[in-house]
Amino acid sequence: MVKKKDYSAGLPDPTPLIEDIISKYPSKIAKKRKKGMVANDPEVDQEVQANVRTIPGIITQRGCTYAGCKGVVLGPTRDIINLVHGPIGCSFYAWLTRRNQTRPAEGEDNFITYSFSTDMQDENIVFGGEVKLKEAIREAHALFNPKAIGIFSTCPVGLIGDDVHSVSRDMQAELGINIFGFSCEGYRGVSQSAGHHIANNGVFKNVVGLNDRPRESKFQMNLLGEYNIGGDAFELEALFEEIGIELISTFSGNSTIKSMEYSHTVDLNIVMCHRSINYIAEMMEEKYGIPWIKANFIGADATAKTLRKVGEFFDDADLTAKIEEVIARESAKVQVVMDAIKPKTEGKLAMMFVGGSRAHHYQELFKELGMTTVSAGYEFAHRDDYEGRKVIPNIKIDADTRNIEDLTIEKTDNPELWRDDLVTKKAALEEKGYAFSDYEGMMPEMAKNSLVIDDVSHHETEKLIEFYKPDIFCAGIKEKYVVQKSGIPLKQLHSYDYGGPYTAFGGAINFFKEMERMLVTDVWKMVDSPWKSEPEIVGSMTINA
Amino acid sequence: MRKIAIYGKGGIGKSTTTQNTVAGLVELGKNILVVGCDPKADSTRLLLGGLAQKTVLDTLREEGEDVELDDVVKPGYGGVRCVESGGPEPGVGCAGRGIITSINLLEQLGAWDDKFKTDYTFYDVLGDVVCGGFAMPIRDGKAEEIYIVVSGEMMAMYAANNICKGIQKYAQAGTVRLGGLICNSRKVDNEREMIEELARQLGSQMIHFVPRDNMVQHAEINRKTVIEHAPEHAQADEYRTLSKAIDANEMFIIPTPLEIEELEKLLMDFGIMN
Repeated sequence: MVKKKDYSAGLPDPTPLIEDIISKYPSKIAKKRKKGMVANDPEVDQEVQANVRTIPGIITQRGCTYAGCKGVVLGPTRDIINLVHGPIGCSFYAWLTRRNQTRPAEGEDNFITYSFSTDMQDENIVFGGEVKLKEAIREAHALFNPKAIGIFSTCPVGLIGDDVHSVSRDMQAELGINIFGFSCEGYRGVSQSAGHHIANNGVFKNVVGLNDRPRESKFQMNLLGEYNIGGDAFELEALFEEIGIELISTFSGNSTIKSMEYSHTVDLNIVMCHRSINYIAEMMEEKYGIPWIKANFIGADATAKTLRKVGEFFDDADLTAKIEEVIARESAKVQVVMDAIKPKTEGKLAMMFVGGSRAHHYQELFKELGMTTVSAGYEFAHRDDYEGRKVIPNIKIDADTRNIEDLTIEKTDNPELWRDDLVTKKAALEEKGYAFSDYEGMMPEMAKNSLVIDDVSHHETEKLIEFYKPDIFCAGIKEKYVVQKSGIPLKQLHSYDYGGPYTAFGGAINFFKEMERMLVTDVWKMVDSPWKSEPEIVGSMTINA
Repeated sequence: MRKIAIYGKGGIGKSTTTQNTVAGLVELGKNILVVGCDPKADSTRLLLGGLAQKTVLDTLREEGEDVELDDVVKPGYGGVRCVESGGPEPGVGCAGRGIITSINLLEQLGAWDDKFKTDYTFYDVLGDVVCGGFAMPIRDGKAEEIYIVVSGEMMAMYAANNICKGIQKYAQAGTVRLGGLICNSRKVDNEREMIEELARQLGSQMIHFVPRDNMVQHAEINRKTVIEHAPEHAQADEYRTLSKAIDANEMFIIPTPLEIEELEKLLMDFGIMN
């Protein structure tokens, strides 16, 4: 058995590891990859390269723009038909793979268990697919009578020039329901991140603000960037219901298009996944004057902190008392489980490469178990998710970013919708040091000399495992089995494998138990690959720059 | 079997030249298949006496997978077998993908079976090489000889040079070669000398200089090749000469495309009559 590394006195400087990793790359690639790796120093501003094109040939974790738009942002909304215009594979492989859960009321529409596709054939590529798209929309409408239909463009649609937007307008006129298209062809950006932005634009333009529903509750709020994987949003909904805050809409876990239509009637937006949804938060503030704050419900402490921040915003004695009551009661339950499990997990090492927020948020849970995150990085985040929003003005806008429409938002001319009261409130709270529209990023919260890597490659993953010998690795399905073959258990943080929810207090308890289950076993280390003792082939390779 | 593709700038006279050359080869007793690779489907009009052809892609669309060779191959002048690939209306879909689909289908249906004793296949390809689909005839050995129809006009020469870049790209991996330039005269100053020089710089030859003659227009109006419409006319003999030159051609090379500066210099040197 490999001797465990002891990092109790601090992490070693990972610079030699970085050098070792990039020594295997041709020089031009080494130069580029090196900019994506940083030996973290939380005291210093460090730049990490992010949101740039993956180098062809490197095995990346990333997905495509279509996946970000259809799969991530719109996928979890249950009462819209998400119709994919393209060959069947794009639709099939994006069908319910993220384990987004939803809970329709009795008799309410739920289409997320279906996979809708125009199933383009050679003939539709040659002669254009608009006719078939219209037929598919009519068919979906006739069969399901949905409130809305979203059209998602796959790669060939952009190549042959099918105009999903004009088809949407025509069909909206014909059928009288809300129909809108997304130009989210897979190749439109460097990762799924481009798809998030396109989805945000589309939802804001075509859905938000359609229904000025009068206020129904004292405290109204939206939860942004929470996708209800494994029931995460259910946990939060229950929490806010008990506290007495009405969640108007969630973007987009357990959500409905109907609720998004009046989501501009809230007092506050709280943002979980900053990367995928900050655009809508900002646009709502520009148009309606609704402020937003960053939230984190991963980890009991983080949850308590976020709840208190929300309480401070609403500034209501009863609400604050209720929040404190819930925190006290739930934290006690978490503490019992934590105390039981922590002795078994203390000092263990975690590593996570996932998402645009999760690699940051989950460090909280590991911290609560006494574990250290030795290395982490995002799959598709931008520099502000690493370094904080303060770097946004300095982020170079490259051609790939310009490829995505940046909406110009104007203040609403309806005086009843423009929230002057919230603008005043925001200014007053900011005077007292309350941070709005702010995200400090992952790096300031990571230990000194932890290794930050953006868009980690397969080669790098193997090197990291070799060096740190972590006790757990968090990533996605594409990495899972390779990592486990190295004797390291892998927890999927995209789909949670079969587990969850992991948000808020109940979620923290679930996660602690899951970590206990995964970390106390040595089963992965007992499996030896046959080629370890008997090499099957022997070879050598030279790469010239 | 000789497999020939005719390329050139749009409107340069590819289809007219191809069909007249084919008519000349018919007189030499050759068995010929003409595949029109233009969505307008007008590459075989003079051989068929009008636009009588139902395209491969339309047939495929209407009949589904149940397509017979006879549905898409129509016999024309002198027994020439004529096919139109067809394609979408302008501004819709992907015509390039259509050509790929269409040629693949012809192969599956056995359009080149031994029983046809095909001596020549001609591919008449739309305009410039605009995308991968239009390069289909020069990929995978579908066509092995390319003739470029060109005139002394700058843009025609520019297009010819661009097509040579495409040929060069595919020639390195396959069997496609440039057979020569066909000058379809526009009565530009020093035209013959200039195209001869362009051909020389490309490493090729000007295989024939087709003079401009109004008889071509007359024949077109009558939906016939010049050879069929006015077999005794001098212009018919010009096409016969071209057919014989192609039939006897043995010069097949990988072209060396010109840099834009070289092309401009060529125009400066020859283009202005002193």
